[in-house]
Amino acid sequence: MSLEGLKEELSKVVEPGDMVPREYEKDGCLLEIKARAGQVESVAKAAREADCFLESITAVDFTNGPQVIYQFNSCTSISRVLVRVQLSRGESVVSIGSIYDAALWYEREVFELFGIRFDNHPDLRRLLLPEDADFYPLLKDYGKVHAFRSTEDIYGE
Amino acid sequence: MANEFLEPITEQTFYLNMGPQHPSTHGVLRLFLKLDGEYIVEADPIIGYGHRGHEKMAESHLYEQFLPNTSRMDYLAGLILNHGYVAAVEKMVGIEVPPRAEYIRVICAELNRISSHLLWFGTYVMDLGGFTPFLYSFDDRENILDILDRVSGSRLTYSYCRFGGVARDVDDEFITATQQFVERLRSRWDDYHNLVTKNVIFIHRAKDVGVINRELAMRFGCTGPILRAAGVPYDVRKAEPYSVYSELDFEIPTGSKGDALDRYIVRLQEMEQSLRIIEQALERLPDGAIKAAVPHKVRPPRGDYYFAVESARGAVGFYIVSDGTSYPYRLKARVPSYGNLQVLTEVLPGTLVADTISILGSIDIVVPEVDR
Repeated sequence: MSLEGLKEELSKVVEPGDMVPREYEKDGCLLEIKARAGQVESVAKAAREADCFLESITAVDFTNGPQVIYQFNSCTSISRVLVRVQLSRGESVVSIGSIYDAALWYEREVFELFGIRFDNHPDLRRLLLPEDADFYPLLKDYGKVHAFRSTEDIYGE
Repeated sequence: MANEFLEPITEQTFYLNMGPQHPSTHGVLRLFLKLDGEYIVEADPIIGYGHRGHEKMAESHLYEQFLPNTSRMDYLAGLILNHGYVAAVEKMVGIEVPPRAEYIRVICAELNRISSHLLWFGTYVMDLGGFTPFLYSFDDRENILDILDRVSGSRLTYSYCRFGGVARDVDDEFITATQQFVERLRSRWDDYHNLVTKNVIFIHRAKDVGVINRELAMRFGCTGPILRAAGVPYDVRKAEPYSVYSELDFEIPTGSKGDALDRYIVRLQEMEQSLRIIEQALERLPDGAIKAAVPHKVRPPRGDYYFAVESARGAVGFYIVSDGTSYPYRLKARVPSYGNLQVLTEVLPGTLVADTISILGSIDIVVPEVDR
């Protein structure tokens, strides 16, 4: 399915103002969606309807709270969609493991590296770190990092 | 009746640890299997034994300093990840790469892809009990390692690409050696097919084993030969052409069923396509500079970027968030083995332990790439 089909599915679940077109030539993504934590499940369902696969789930830590980033892409025509979910510290997201099995491991990884919990995840164990790890290594207050910034510093919003 | 004294037969399951040290896991992978006799009931791949924290390292290193890390994630196709990372940063900064450098990168990346597939071929057949093909493929692979050693200075963890080009120019000897290798490998296909592809024991071990169809591959985000064996012609080199792939003529081999045999055939055909790419790139190799003028420290503009390349195992993606300084704010590497390994949780239940070896081998994972 093409990007248009995906856009159509997505427009059913997110406000048009939250869908921001991006320049593929410049940054490799075609569309960005600013979703709230509660919308993730419906966005993932729409992407699945449009025959997309889940490319990755990751997170980025900012002074004003972490962001969870989802990437969906289609294997018939390039349609990389980036879903950005801004969280406040300690807030959790709903798991999309029931829609995409690939999410089960990505969510475990984001949980152990950032401490972001995923509601309804069947098995939120540590994946890469030891079972008894009590630290979240990719948070910016852990270990050696160059900078700790807010979303405004980087995206200007 | 004697039977009265026998204990009633009850169903009994038990757990088996396959790995972390097991010859067929090709890295430190532990498969936690729940077995009912010889049949697998549940499979849980346990990873992380080789977790080195590359993504954390990126946050305190310059873009240039992180370069050697990329080839150590997937050590069998290091040059392709290397290529992906430099191409991502070049796109962020807006560096124009000289055509000669792009062609050299493609030639080396394809050689690397063949060397990775040859290693897979040898070890896969060895896992299934055939030792001779392993010697054949390693003999051929040694040629590639020598060629790449000549230009990059290392045999496995190449950090050959640089921002704006490559580290060293290729000489005539490299070109002759590569041409000879292309001819040599073409003359070897008959041996490979006679030894393995037509071997009835091999066919029995691979046919209809570990079927990963399109639906399953899409759910788990499998890419590369696994997805293509299921009949989906998805290849990043065609879907979003980078470097000079759009100028070169090659096909995407696909399978139909998505079993281990399909994956085997797809990879063999991929090697033939890679030879075609190398041949064309050698013919067209332009003269000129091998490296553009690049500032000592690159400073990509603020924002986030995604860049995908096709490694030997599937789609690799670099997601980089830049804060405008010469250090990445966040770098995430999307690696193909991740989804390709996770699919085992769905594929293994119901199969025999002996098939696990065949399925795991046909999936071609590199565990340090999953662990990062």
